[in-house]
Amino acid sequence: MEIILSVVTGLLFTISVYLLLHRSFIKMIVGVIVFAHAINLFLFIAGKITRSMPAFITEEEAGTAALSDPLPQAFILTAIVIGMGVQIFTIVLLNKVHFTAETDDLDTLKTTDLPEA
Amino acid sequence: MTAHILLVPLLTPLLAAMACLFAWKKKQWQQYIYLSGSMITLAGAAALAWQVLQEGIVSIQAGGWEPPFGITLVADAFSVLLVVVTHVLGVLIYFYTLPPVSVSQERKSFGFYPSLLLMLFGITGALLTGDIFNLYVWFEVMLVSSFVLISLGNERLQLEGAVKYVTINFIASALFLAGIAILYGMAGSTNMADLAVRLRADGVSDIVYVAMLFFLVSFSIKAALFPLFFWLPASYPTPPIGIAAIIAGLLTKIGIYALIRTLILVFPDNAFVQQLLLGMAILTMLTGIFGAIAQYDMRKILAFLIVSHMGYMVMGLAIATPLALAGTIFYMVHSILVKTNLFFISGLVFADQQSFHIRKAGGLYERLPWMAALFLISAFSLVGIPPLSGFWGKYMLASTGLATEQYLLVGVALLTSMLTLWAVSRIWLPVFWQHKGAEKQVTLTQGAFVRKNRGMVVSSAALTLLILWLGFQADPIVEISIQAAEQLFDRQAYIDAVLKP
Repeated sequence: MEIILSVVTGLLFTISVYLLLHRSFIKMIVGVIVFAHAINLFLFIAGKITRSMPAFITEEEAGTAALSDPLPQAFILTAIVIGMGVQIFTIVLLNKVHFTAETDDLDTLKTTDLPEA
Repeated sequence: MTAHILLVPLLTPLLAAMACLFAWKKKQWQQYIYLSGSMITLAGAAALAWQVLQEGIVSIQAGGWEPPFGITLVADAFSVLLVVVTHVLGVLIYFYTLPPVSVSQERKSFGFYPSLLLMLFGITGALLTGDIFNLYVWFEVMLVSSFVLISLGNERLQLEGAVKYVTINFIASALFLAGIAILYGMAGSTNMADLAVRLRADGVSDIVYVAMLFFLVSFSIKAALFPLFFWLPASYPTPPIGIAAIIAGLLTKIGIYALIRTLILVFPDNAFVQQLLLGMAILTMLTGIFGAIAQYDMRKILAFLIVSHMGYMVMGLAIATPLALAGTIFYMVHSILVKTNLFFISGLVFADQQSFHIRKAGGLYERLPWMAALFLISAFSLVGIPPLSGFWGKYMLASTGLATEQYLLVGVALLTSMLTLWAVSRIWLPVFWQHKGAEKQVTLTQGAFVRKNRGMVVSSAALTLLILWLGFQADPIVEISIQAAEQLFDRQAYIDAVLKP
């Protein structure tokens, strides 16, 4: 399971970096979203996957029963919520840029780097 | 019970921000709330600082969970010093943004005050947290509010700057999260004190250094270190000057704070990373200063100067002796105040000359000599001319650098200092000294100008007084810096304060 997920994470990273290096707004947004998912999956694998185990056990079972760690999921949940907020902000921002600058090419957004801006 | 004073500077900005949201579009109400909120926060921060400096590290466990399971809030000398400086600026920025030229009225009736409060909330949280995942969350609180502040008003340049700023910071935060994932997978904890124990235990695998590099890259982006600083000059100069000043003054230093906190406390020493930091310090100083010399827009010159002077802070971290780190901490305080004031003054120049371009503004020494004096004090302080504040920071850094035989590093630091003089004189000569024949016909008399922009003048003058105080009465802050640096290296005390309260 870990091996498959690791390969998938690697693929997601590859895809997101490939998309982020494009000039189109849409590809950048998709790249940002995929990057966030790749990181979340990374967090999930790094937190060690245990299948079909209870996350909470009684006091008597402590030390004997196998249990799974609920914290990585909690971290991922937090990261998903924050990530979604930022992604929505990015989408709205790029929408605004699209209407203000009338372009969907990131390379044209270089007025801030020109000496006479 | 007294430890709960820690919650005052943390929660007041949040409550004030919520109150501001209820007063949506009612500018007057938001201003009352902001001013009272930031004053209470500053008082709380000062009280907390007093307690920490008298009695040592203060920590509480949020929610009553025992450490290391719950979320810990810790205040040591290093963090309270920065909390106090942050909230001093939080109060001053209120007065600076009163005239519409620094932040327009429309922006103020919309999200300006709540976003600013939430940013201060995020910064305070990042400084006071003792949990590494919690640090990520605070960073996001701070960054999302700064995203809003940078793009508030939707002008074209602002939006362009915001695209770069948002994207690079999102990637940086994601890398930070990856570092946390590795640490959690290895040690099964996110509490910094607990991690400090576990990562120094015998038989810890070398994967910890992978996590360390993730942290290093992520915080280097946030702190705008070479080679990851290109987003800063592209985005910081774009928002209105009142917003640019507070963001430019504070945010990069929080990146450095996180870098110092994690590298000194959490991670075991690593010679390679030390060498890397050394190289980054040298190149950050040099590239930043050459960038500043090549620019023509005052805000961009200042943005590159920020990058350049981040190098000094990394310098102390790279040398990594208590005295060097004390130099870094002092330099952070000095840099926050001076950079903000230089942005304040460039806003004053804009208020008079309607331009940030050094070729378009001119003749201010003759027209408004007090403004020239304010600029000179801050500029000389940045260069490091004794007895102004920059000198003491640079002196501490350079003397420890020489003591540890880092001759190249010290040489570059001194060279950068000289070049900083060149960079600020590129603002001084054309904008203040030179008389331009074709300059704008200015109709306002001196008195009318001051009356119109009273808030900006007052806050800039107050900040200049603080900088002068920091220079002439450096003792108390130097002592606090040394105390903070010793506390940082005394890891066991921190661990005991958190894990055995």
